[in-house]
Amino acid sequence: MMKEQFEPAGKPDSGKTSFVKNGFDADFALTNGTGENLWLDQGFTWLVHGFAYGTAFVLFWLSWVIFQQAQPAIAHFGLGFLWGSTWNIGELTFGALPFIYGTLVSSALALFIAVPVGVAVALITSEDFLPPWVRSPIAFVVELIAAIPSVIIGMWGIFVLIPFLLPMQQWLYDRFSWVPLFSTPPSGPSLLVAGIVLSIMIVPTVAAISREVLLVIPKELRSASMSLGATRWETIFRVLLPSGTSGILGASTLALGRALGETMAVTMVIGNSPQLNPSLLELGSTIPSVLATQFAEALDKLHIGALMYLSLILFAITFLVNIAAVLMVRVFGHQQI
Amino acid sequence: MIDRASPPIPEDSSLEELQSSLPIGRTIFTIGMTVLAFAFTGLALLPLLAILFAILRQGLPNLNWETLTSLPAPVGMEGVANGFANATLGTLIMVGIASLISIPFGLMTGIFLSEFSRDSKVASAIRFITTVLTGIPSVIVGVFAYAVVVLTTGGFSALAGGFALSILMLPVVALTTEEALKLVPISQRLASAALGSNRFQTTFKIVVATALPGITTGILLAVARAAGETAPLIFTALFSDNWPTGLSDPTPSLSVLIYNYANSPFSEQNELAWTASVVLVSLILLISVLSRLVTRRIIKS
Repeated sequence: MMKEQFEPAGKPDSGKTSFVKNGFDADFALTNGTGENLWLDQGFTWLVHGFAYGTAFVLFWLSWVIFQQAQPAIAHFGLGFLWGSTWNIGELTFGALPFIYGTLVSSALALFIAVPVGVAVALITSEDFLPPWVRSPIAFVVELIAAIPSVIIGMWGIFVLIPFLLPMQQWLYDRFSWVPLFSTPPSGPSLLVAGIVLSIMIVPTVAAISREVLLVIPKELRSASMSLGATRWETIFRVLLPSGTSGILGASTLALGRALGETMAVTMVIGNSPQLNPSLLELGSTIPSVLATQFAEALDKLHIGALMYLSLILFAITFLVNIAAVLMVRVFGHQQI
Repeated sequence: MIDRASPPIPEDSSLEELQSSLPIGRTIFTIGMTVLAFAFTGLALLPLLAILFAILRQGLPNLNWETLTSLPAPVGMEGVANGFANATLGTLIMVGIASLISIPFGLMTGIFLSEFSRDSKVASAIRFITTVLTGIPSVIVGVFAYAVVVLTTGGFSALAGGFALSILMLPVVALTTEEALKLVPISQRLASAALGSNRFQTTFKIVVATALPGITTGILLAVARAAGETAPLIFTALFSDNWPTGLSDPTPSLSVLIYNYANSPFSEQNELAWTASVVLVSLILLISVLSRLVTRRIIKS
């Protein structure tokens, strides 16, 4: 009996009249409705739910497809793939160790450089060393590096950075060739250059998140430390950085995730040699770089399978690293409350 | 008259103690750390300036109407128009396909996260999965698109490239939409509901309409990210030296062109790669600045 009265309530203009006629209707319209209005509302709700579940489904779909495609190689090589050190397409023998080594070492090198630099940028742009009108442009320019496509950074690496770094690599070889890390003569592209290029690309991540972390630390902590006679840097090292530790660790972990998966810039400066060599001055290869260089030409089922197996390994590593990063940043959020 | 008692004059020794400067060790530490921090910041700024300088120096001289509008000339041909118009068109096509797929999904997911069951377990699970999705390396997304589209349709195509890019854009659009919607005050939703509108009307006519600038910013950022991606395209869309012929054929893109031509032994191809970088970087910076302007308008209003 109420149907005709609350049905037009959906249209705002006619809705008013139904309210005037009977105040009771409004109560009903919220909980119990039929007709066009309800149909639209229900349909919309279902649609939104459908799309949202679709987005979540992508992650499962992706993991399943890659796992499925890697099956030929998993069945053929098993877990031994992880520490196999030969990668020979002609003989169809595949081992992942050189690529896992290259990925981990180049990313570790990048973190080693990028974390101190990123935290320094975060400090300069969050403390009052400089007037505000200089600070925010610095933060903006540093973050702008993240907007430059990695393929362009890679090209800059080939034509500018490699020639620039060659004398330094030569110097390292001349002086320290007795250290296994510098035991081979440099030829230009190398694991070391890849690590340096990666560090350039992840500094913005470390700097931006650490800056946010430092900015939300309560002012009282700093004032208390200063009033006890600590200098600025004593305050930074004993109060600010310790209370932001989990946030900065989260930032570094997130940056590590980016470094592990970075493809183009690394591919262009690392030399792409599938030989396992501990030296940083030697040509190397990472999982993303071997995917980028070999996928388009892979024809054999086992070769494609081995590349898929490599993707699965990379996916698993970055997945874990990213989850760790999200959790760490979340822990920091809870500490603040 | 108030008799102002002058403050007690401290003994000379205690005054000296109060005024004495920091011990030399602590002073050196302060100065040393400040210098180090500034040096590191300079080091962080240097690459961007060096990259922009290199691109402009090597790329600008060849940037003219001819390079923007003609096809890549075969290597070694003299006097033939040389350019990368096909790659620019291919990038636009694939980013377009990616936007068509990712914007509806991202927008709806953002609406779900912000408007429907904001604090429920399902919503936090989907938010977590979307966050994880942002961290997946782009090359893995390329591998996925290769398996799903290239292997099933049997060829490299613009569709495969667009599909890969859409998966990279999706979480960015979804999370920025959620953030933008959350900024709309609850009172506006209540007011809308009180006037008798249903969920659909409240969401689209009130909440999304208010948050539109923020959502636009998110979409622009996602587009900028997709336009510069290379790794998901090299083995999904591949490359070609001709105009894009159809959605199911190999399609050139600016980023893959830069990759191929930067690795080329021919200097004229290297030069073309630099010029293409000028176009790609200006495209991306333009989109970024545009999104900043849109954001600034929200803050002002």
